[in-house]
Formats: sequence, structure tokens, C-alpha cells
Amino acid sequence: MAFLDLSNLEKVFGTNRVVKDFSLGIDKGEFVSLLGPSGCGKTTVLRMIAGFETPTSGSIHIDGQDVTAQRTNQRAIGMMFQAYALFPNMTVADNVGFGLRVKGIPKPDRDARVTEMLQMIGLPDLASRFPFQLSGGQQQRVALARALAPQPRVLLLDEPLSALDAKVRVSLRNEIRQIQRKLGITTIFVTHDQEEAMSISDRIVVMNGGIAEQAGAPFEIYNNPRTRFVAGFVGTLNVLTATVENAEQGLVSVEGQTVTLATGAITGRKGDRVALALRPEAIRLGRDHGRPIVLPATIEEVHFLGSVIRVRVRVAGTVVALDTFNRPDQPPPPLGSVAEISFAAGDAILLPD
Amino acid sequence: MTRVFAWTAFLLGVLFFALPLAGMTEFSLKMRRGEYSFDAYRRVFEDQRFWDTFSYSLILAGATIVFGVLLVVPTAYWVRLKLPQARPVIEFITLLPLVIPAIVIVFGYIRLYNTSSVLPLTGSALGTDVLLTMGYATLALPYMYRAVDTGLRTIDVATLTEAAQSLGAGWITILARIILPNVLVAVLSGAFLTLAIVIGEFTMAALLNRPAFGPFMQLLGANRAYEPPALAVIAFAITWGCMGLIQLVTRFSKHERAKV
Repeated sequence: MAFLDLSNLEKVFGTNRVVKDFSLGIDKGEFVSLLGPSGCGKTTVLRMIAGFETPTSGSIHIDGQDVTAQRTNQRAIGMMFQAYALFPNMTVADNVGFGLRVKGIPKPDRDARVTEMLQMIGLPDLASRFPFQLSGGQQQRVALARALAPQPRVLLLDEPLSALDAKVRVSLRNEIRQIQRKLGITTIFVTHDQEEAMSISDRIVVMNGGIAEQAGAPFEIYNNPRTRFVAGFVGTLNVLTATVENAEQGLVSVEGQTVTLATGAITGRKGDRVALALRPEAIRLGRDHGRPIVLPATIEEVHFLGSVIRVRVRVAGTVVALDTFNRPDQPPPPLGSVAEISFAAGDAILLPD
Repeated sequence: MTRVFAWTAFLLGVLFFALPLAGMTEFSLKMRRGEYSFDAYRRVFEDQRFWDTFSYSLILAGATIVFGVLLVVPTAYWVRLKLPQARPVIEFITLLPLVIPAIVIVFGYIRLYNTSSVLPLTGSALGTDVLLTMGYATLALPYMYRAVDTGLRTIDVATLTEAAQSLGAGWITILARIILPNVLVAVLSGAFLTLAIVIGEFTMAALLNRPAFGPFMQLLGANRAYEPPALAVIAFAITWGCMGLIQLVTRFSKHERAKV
């Protein structure tokens, strides 16, 4: 059994089945993200682990102990919330020491632990401040220290970065990951931001409609999506319609070009339509060595993003997005100009129905 | 033009409230013929009944506040946290004392808790005091509930509760260490309103035959000329003193400043 074991979890609110037969095993020290759109059930799963919601069916085990019927305050979990949730009437030190005080830790030990935690989050001088005297990023750091101070078995993060501005988000997520690695604490992170999930997770569970569509390492999820939803939700995806020419040999045609996919990759008969997906970074503007499939295109939109330029081109009836690196000697193509795009068959992802 | 209207309305308001008060205060100082004096106040303070009834009402006000806080804070908290759909019903119930006259409530009490009932509270002085405290708590319910509910609205009750639970806290710790300190100013304003109500309440205390301040004021008002306005001024001073205390508590409560 995994350190944190969720087995066949179900949650029904009235007539609405929010979580359906959700099973997941998380190893000790692993950082797992639950990723999905609003209403997919990710927060409900987290809240069931925390004990804020009771599963309609299924079980939750932490370190071999069945905690399904246990109250939240008996589960030894730490949690960070989107709204920080620092206690407004307490100073930073009191907030961090709250869990220790509830546990009955003597004051000298408590103070030492609070100091250690504040040093860990880089705010040793703010112990006597009140939450309203801190910035959003500082408040969330304190919330992290508070959650970790009682040495919980599992750390639960409920979209803790959503209320922060972009720069603080990136620095804090890296900080959270560093601290998590250092302490080796099993962590579950709920987010709808796929970039955030991919950047810090050991494993991502992509959820949709209350079920886990796919679980795997970020690299695997991004490059080998198992469902059309995962492919579309994680990263940007261009979907081209292809026609099967010879299923056994893996031959399909896209806009008159024959593309050879891996043998056995496709099923179906000649003339059947299949969906081929391509990530923006797999497509080049113009011809390129190693990308033998070339299609004519018209430039529709150009977005200069700094180091990367995202270009949207129209290929027959489909709009395709592609990324190119910014080069000062190569200005972006003018809108409406005719160009070519190229890609390799190996980069194409065959989407299941 | 708008400013002129605003100032006119303000001045009219001040005159409406301040003029009778000034007239009453002036009258309370005219006990000695031809000159102003504090004779009426001296007479009031020299009367032992004043101290007896005032201290009795003060003790009962304290008991009412403690009972009210213990009843209202957990109720308002629970309704906000777990039963938001029951809020209109609870609000309606807490408003009932405003539409049901105190005399009706106290007759109900007397019928229910008389000496021949299952719970004969009126059979002893202590029992009647308990009954009177419950009655006062009922009268103060609309103010106490609203004050506490408004205080709870300024904090994220659900998230703070969940944060405390995740740190191992139980319900009593959450209420005592997280919720109550964060709505303390609201609770205090409810408490001071309760104090003002209890100090001036007449009907219940008179019908239950208890030596409270309200019946004493009525007795004095029926028999004397200058002491009643002096008593009214004293009552106002107590109320304003309480309001000042609320402000003081807010000012000294550091975290409360964040909400301003």
C-alpha cells in the first residue's frame, strides 16, 4: 500500500456525483498535483483527504492507517489555502506556533520551532507582525510555515498561489518545492494552472468530470497524453484531421501530404478520419532539416512574448499555433503573408476518439 | 447647494436630539431655586436604593451578557458555517422580541414557571433572577445576534475554521481562540447594548417583582421632580461611556484596525 492511498473514492452532493471511483497511491515524499478545470472534483478530493468532506464511498489510508472516518484535527495533515487563512488576531509567531500549542508542546520548544520555521521561509524578522501588515507572498509563506510546524504526515495545498501576482507565484512555487524536497514531506497540490503543475510536480493527475483521466510524470503527460481531454488541457495543442491511407503501415494523409506514423499506431480502414495533434514547439515556420512534412500556410496572428514568438497560421481550414525562438536578426513574419510550416511525423500525437 | 442641504439636515438632526437632552440636563440642575446645582444628583447618589437597584441590575446585566454570548456566538457561528440556509429562520426568531411586547413574554414566563409548574422558578429569589436573566437575554437577542453576525461577516469563518482544524484544533479551541477574538469588538458592542437594555428595563423586573434599576427609576419619576432627569442623564452617561469603551477597545485591538 502506498503512503497515502485513496481507493475508489466517490463523493455525491445531492444528485451530483462530483468524484467518481477515484483511486490513487502516493509514495512518501512524493509531490503530486491534481490538475483540472473548475468543477472537475480536484478540490473535493483534497478536501476528502483533509477530512473536510466525508467520502460517499471508498477509503483513505495515510501510512497504513484508515483515516476515512477520522476528524480533520486527528489526521495530522498540514494545509495551505488560496485565501492564506492566517488568524487575523495572532502575530506571525503565534500563527506558526498555533498547531504546536494545540498539540501541547511546551513554550520553549514551541518558540524554537517557530524560529526555525520562520528562518526556513526567510522571514525571521517578522515574528511580531500581524497578518494585515504582510504582503500576499509573505502571508502565504507564513501559512506554509504554520502548516509545516507541527510536522504533518501530508501537506495539502489548495491553489495556494492563485491569489498572488505572477512574479511572486513563480518564486513561491519554487520555494515550496525546495522546502518540500528538503523535508521530504508527501504533498498534494491542487491547481488549474498546468504550467504550475508541470513545473513542480513529481507526478500529475489530470482530472475531468470527477475521474482521473491520466496520472504520470509531467514529461509523460505532456508528450503522451492518453485522452483527447488531457492532450487539450495540458499545453496548447493543434489538431489536424488526417485520412487513413494504410492502417497497417501507419500511413495517413494530411492536406495531401502522406505522413508515416508508427506501425500499429492507427486502426481503421482506408478513408477513415483520425485526429493528429501537434504541440506548437514541434512545428517550424518554413522548411527545416529533419521535418519532412511541409504544408502551405497563411500568417494570421503574431504574438511577441519576449524570448518566444507565438505565430498562428491557417493551414487549409485549420488554425495552427507554433512557437519560434526570438532572434534579433529575424523579425516576425508580416500578417497575411504566405509561408510554409514543417513538422516530423514522430512529433505527431494520434488522438484517441 | 447640496452642501447647504446636508448641513441643514445635520443641524436639524442635532437640534432634534440635542435640544431635549440639553433641556433635560438643565432642568436636572435647577433643583435649587435661582441657581444651578448638582443637588438632584447628590440626592440620587445618597439614596441607598439607587445603589442597591443599580448594582442588582449591573449583576444581572453581566449574567445576561455571559449567557447571551454563550448562546449567540456559537449559534451565529454554526449558522454561518454549517446552516446558511437556516439564516432567515434564525434572523426571524431573533427579531421576535422586537414585535412581541415584554409584558407578553413575562406573562408567558410566569404561567410556565410559576410555583405550581414543573419548573417553579418564581418560587425563589434566585430562580426568579435566573428567569429575569433569560428574559433580558431574549430582549437583547436582536441586538446581540446582529452585532455578532456582522462581526462574523468581516472574517472568512469557513476557511479560518478549516485552517484551525487542519492544525489539530477542536471546536472549543476554534471558538475560543480564533472566532471569539476576531469578533470581540462586535461581541462587546452587543454586550454594551445588552447592558443599556438591562439597566433601563422596567416591565419584566416590575412584573417579576425584582429590585432592579428600571422600577426604581419609575418609582422616582412618579414621586419626584428633579431626580428623574438626573437619573436619565446618569443613564445616558453610562450608555455613552459604554460606546466610548467600544471605541477604545477597537483602537487598542491591533488586528481590528486592519478591517477599518
